[in-house]
This record gives sequence, structure tokens and C-alpha cells, in this order.
Amino acid sequence: MTTGEVNTAGGSSSRVPGRPHQEVAFVARGAYVGAVQAYRDAGFEMCADLCAVDYLLLGDRQVAEGVDPERFEVVVNLLSLSQRRRVRVRVQVPESDPSVPTLFDVYPGVEAMEREVFDLFGIVFEGHPDLTRILMPEDWEGHPLRKDYGVGRVPVQFKEAPGPR
Amino acid sequence: MSERSPQDDPGMSAPPPPKPTSGPTGSPRPARPDDEFFARGPETGGEPAGLVAETSEGDQELRRRKATGPGELRREAGAVLRLPEGHVVDSADIDVELSDDETMIINMGPQHPSTHGVLRLMLELDGETVLRTKPVIGYLHTGMEKTGEELTYVQGATNVTRMDYLSPLHNELVFSLATEALLGVEVPDRAVWIRMLMSELNRVSSHLMWMATNGMDLGSTSMMIYGFREREMVLAFFEKTTGLRMNHNYIRPGGVAADLPDGWEDDVTVICDTVMPRLDEYDELLTGQPLFRQRTESIGTISAEEALALSVTGPILRSTGIPWDLRRAMPYLHYDQVDFDVIVGTYGDNFDRYSVRLNELRESIRIIRQVVERMPPGDYRLQDKKVTPPPRARIDESMEALIHHFKVFTEGFKVPEGEVYVAIESPRGELGCYLVSDGSSKPYRMHIRGPSFVNLQSLPVMMRGGLIADAVAVCSSVDPVMGEVDR
Repeated sequence: MTTGEVNTAGGSSSRVPGRPHQEVAFVARGAYVGAVQAYRDAGFEMCADLCAVDYLLLGDRQVAEGVDPERFEVVVNLLSLSQRRRVRVRVQVPESDPSVPTLFDVYPGVEAMEREVFDLFGIVFEGHPDLTRILMPEDWEGHPLRKDYGVGRVPVQFKEAPGPR
Repeated sequence: MSERSPQDDPGMSAPPPPKPTSGPTGSPRPARPDDEFFARGPETGGEPAGLVAETSEGDQELRRRKATGPGELRREAGAVLRLPEGHVVDSADIDVELSDDETMIINMGPQHPSTHGVLRLMLELDGETVLRTKPVIGYLHTGMEKTGEELTYVQGATNVTRMDYLSPLHNELVFSLATEALLGVEVPDRAVWIRMLMSELNRVSSHLMWMATNGMDLGSTSMMIYGFREREMVLAFFEKTTGLRMNHNYIRPGGVAADLPDGWEDDVTVICDTVMPRLDEYDELLTGQPLFRQRTESIGTISAEEALALSVTGPILRSTGIPWDLRRAMPYLHYDQVDFDVIVGTYGDNFDRYSVRLNELRESIRIIRQVVERMPPGDYRLQDKKVTPPPRARIDESMEALIHHFKVFTEGFKVPEGEVYVAIESPRGELGCYLVSDGSSKPYRMHIRGPSFVNLQSLPVMMRGGLIADAVAVCSSVDPVMGEVDR
């Protein structure tokens, strides 16, 4: 793994003063599921959101100390109802191997969200039970939210219609 | 299947390729209309053919039983939800030995009047009982998150307002709050209270719309007429204030687009005074009615643990007894300064979801009355020339104002680098906005966490073991808005 050291409690964590509920934790890809599981055990009952960002155009961006930025980033928003607290887990995913393990076994609610990220970014969630496209047609080419997927570049595609019976 | 690719045939004018197997005449055995359907790859567990094989990333549809393993069947029935002992679905209950001859997969939607848009539900039925459900979505996908990356922050509110078209002001609000969090600005007090007033009115109109459509799905046409009648009053006020009945683009980064119209207190008071007694009429019409209760009570139940595991929020989560409302738990705007109750249910069935929404209407009106009383004077938007355009009158007399006006609407304003996730309580649940800024005037990434999208995952759990006749009622009680599901 290329990212920095992570303690099992959830990686490097920071709070931004003046902005409530913006706690961020960077974890390495290898420690990702373990860290999220640790958060779950610490009282984060719900995975509110899971999305990804393609940082292709921001090569020299600043991330936390000890974290090597990669092209993709999977962002998981965890929510603790009992502590009224949010934490945002950010995982760097390299372009050469765009895959992360699935969180399905920790939070079954990420099923649709991981499918959406797979559909729009092409990030593979290993172990996901039903990793298929969800918003785009299944015969669509490319992953639209990637930054190298031009807007208006691809002609309109239609799913092949069945012929008359 | 054809070997052509769409690029070879831009005009789509060529006749469809011949289908050798399914001619109505010619073969000794008369071809059955579903021959080709069953011969298709994914249905039989085989490989897809032709163009689909080249690019397919897998079928999105519910697969037939013989193409689905026992583990997968159990997963689809919810057996893998992480539930405490005693709540978990017993694997032995799930009959994996059932053959395809005994069950039937039917499509409900995407063109179905009671799926509230282009939602397609694939239901596996054993007689009248629903065994498995799979929502198939994407029919309304228009790439709004991608569009959002091409629009400035000034234009962005116009884009997001079209997602959840029944509560457009909440979409604008969450986008504006996220932008303001990145900018680090605070909007004037009056703007905050106007935002609260408008978003609560929008919650009223959205819940009324839900009451109307839910009534219609259950066969109460009167409820449909009543719900639309009351909603019309709210929409008329929206039109008076924002100029539009929906997709208002009223709440913008930096404040709101215009001040409230003259006499708004009277309009709002009339709305409150009319809707409040009519909620009691709905009570009489539906709540006590035996037919309605039989169609809703203990139908489509979901437990608190299941709801949490599936990330379900909003009225569905509250109907299971968890008092989670972002207005109370993580207050935004001035919700910590008003008095209201968080409505919770007990059983998590259709009836609880109905009563949670009905009583939330009452609470919203309670909030609206407090906002009318406490509305402070002042400015309705931030007077920061870099964020909001100058007043119209200043443009005629000041060259600088003209330049600022021009800059705001052509270039937009620059937002400092950073990323932020802001969530508010929309009528459907947690509506979140994740914004990443690269320092330019357009969001580098804008992600909207649509509550309907996530809540749809609860449908298979709610429908399992129920009757096909209740499928419409259960689907309606989730209140999905497809514009937000597909974005």
C-alpha cells in the first residue's frame, strides 16, 4: 500500500474548526475495511453516503501528512446516531488498480452506493455481491464521472431494442 | 443479436436484423412469444451475446431462480443484514429449492402509474406472495452530477433544484449551505429565517403530495383531490415569492433570490389556518377508516435494525421508532431556536409511515407559525459583492456595481479549495451534498446523497413475504422521487 501509516482506530483524523461535523480520516486501502469496522464498533451505526472523486486534473493536491495522493478517492460518510457525530473516511485508489474491498459486510446499505460508484467511476468493489451498472444501461461504454470522459464527446447510445415479434 | 455498433449506424435507420428463431410463421412448432426472452443470456445464466457481450458489465435485472445461487437468494431476502439474534432472517425460511416453474418474475414498471415515476420493480411471485424484489433504476438518469461540474456555483442551484422535484427548495438549500461552508461566509439572519420558512412550506407541500398519491394508490380518490387542493395553496405562495411553482432557484449561495412579497404574513397564516383543520379531516377520512387500516397496518414492516443497516433515513427510519431528525440532531439554519417535536412510530409499517408524515405536517406548520412571528428585519442576502450581485438600483449609478454584476453572472465567484459534506433533513430523509472545490468558480465534484436513492434499498425487505396487492402500497409509502434516485 502506498498510503501512510494508519492506526487501527481509524487513521489520521482531523477536525476543521468552525465547521461542524467535518471530521476527516485518511486510511490506507489495505486498512480500509478494518478501519471502517473499527468505526462501526465505536458506535457509527450508519453509513450515510459513499461516493468517489476523480482527482485526475488536480495532480499536486494537498492531502493530509503521510498520505500519497492518488487519482481516485473513495469517500465514505459514516454517521453515529448515538454520538451525533459524522466522520468522513477517505481512501486513495490508484489509477493502475482501481479497486477497493467492499463494505457490504460491514454496512449492507452501501450496496446501491457502491454500484453507483462502480457505474460512474469504474472503481471495482471486490466482494460486492451484485456489482453491475445501476444508473447507466448495462451496455454503456466508459464511466461518465471520470474526468477524462468528455462532456458531449460520446454520441447518444440507445440500448438495442428488441425487434418485432 | 446484431454485430453492429451504434456508431456504425448513426441514423438508426436500418431495419432491425432478422431474428431467425422467432418468426410467427415457418417453424414446425409455433414460436412462443417468450422464446427469445428465455433464450437471452442472463436469464438462463449463460453468456450475453453480440453488442451486449462486448461491453456488458453485467445484467441489472433480477435473475431467474435457477441462475441464482442459494447464497444470493438469501442475500436478496435480507438474510445478510447484520442484525442481532432473534431479528435475523432464518436461512431455513428461505426456500432455495423452489423451482422456476412454481414462481414467476413480473415487471412492475417502468411505465406503471403507481410507481411514482419510471421505477421498475422486478418481483418474483409465488402465487400472490412476493418472494424477491429488485428495483431497477436509471431510466431518468440525466447526469446531473456531471452537469454540476460544468456549471458555476451561481448556476448550480438551478441544476440541483431539478433533482427532487417535489422538494426543490431543499435541494437548493443543501447546495447553498455546502457552498457557503466552503466560502466561509454567513448569510444574514433574515435570509436564514426565510430559508426556514420556505423549506418548511416545501415540506408541507411535499408531504401533502405524498398524502395525495398514497391515498390514490390505496383507492381513496378523495384524498388525492384534497391533497392536491391544499398543495395548490402552497404552490401559489411559492409562485408569488419566487416566480415559479417548482424548480425555483430561490435559495442561492449567499442568501435568497428576492425578499418575501408584501403581505406574506397573511398568505402564510391563511395557509396554516387552512391546512391545519384539514389535517383533522384527513384523520377522519383515513386514520380511523377500517379499510385504510387493514391495507396499511403491519404491511411492509421494517425493523429499526434493518433500517439502520440499510442506511434508511427520514420518515421510514422514524417510523421504526428511532427519533433521528437532522433538524433536531444536527441543527442547521435556526432549527435549534424553534420548538417542534420529532415524530416517531413504533412498528415501522405502512400505517406508521403514514402517521409520521401526517403529524410531521402539523409540526411543520407549528414551525412556520413560529417563523412568521420571529421573522427579523434586515437583508435577505449577503452584501458581499464577490458572492451576490449588487441591487438593481446600484447598477444604474455605479460602474463598479455593473462590473460586479457582470462578473457574478459570467464568471461566477471563486470558492476556496476544500471539500465539505453538508446534510439536511429533506421530506424524504438525509439529503447530503458533498462538494469538492479546486479554487475555481465551478465545483470540481458535486455529489448529492439522495435520500430516495438509498431508501429504495429497503423495498426488498419491506415487500418480502407480502402480497402483490400490497406492493403498490409499500412502494408508495417509501415515497421515492425518481428525479432524485437517478439524478
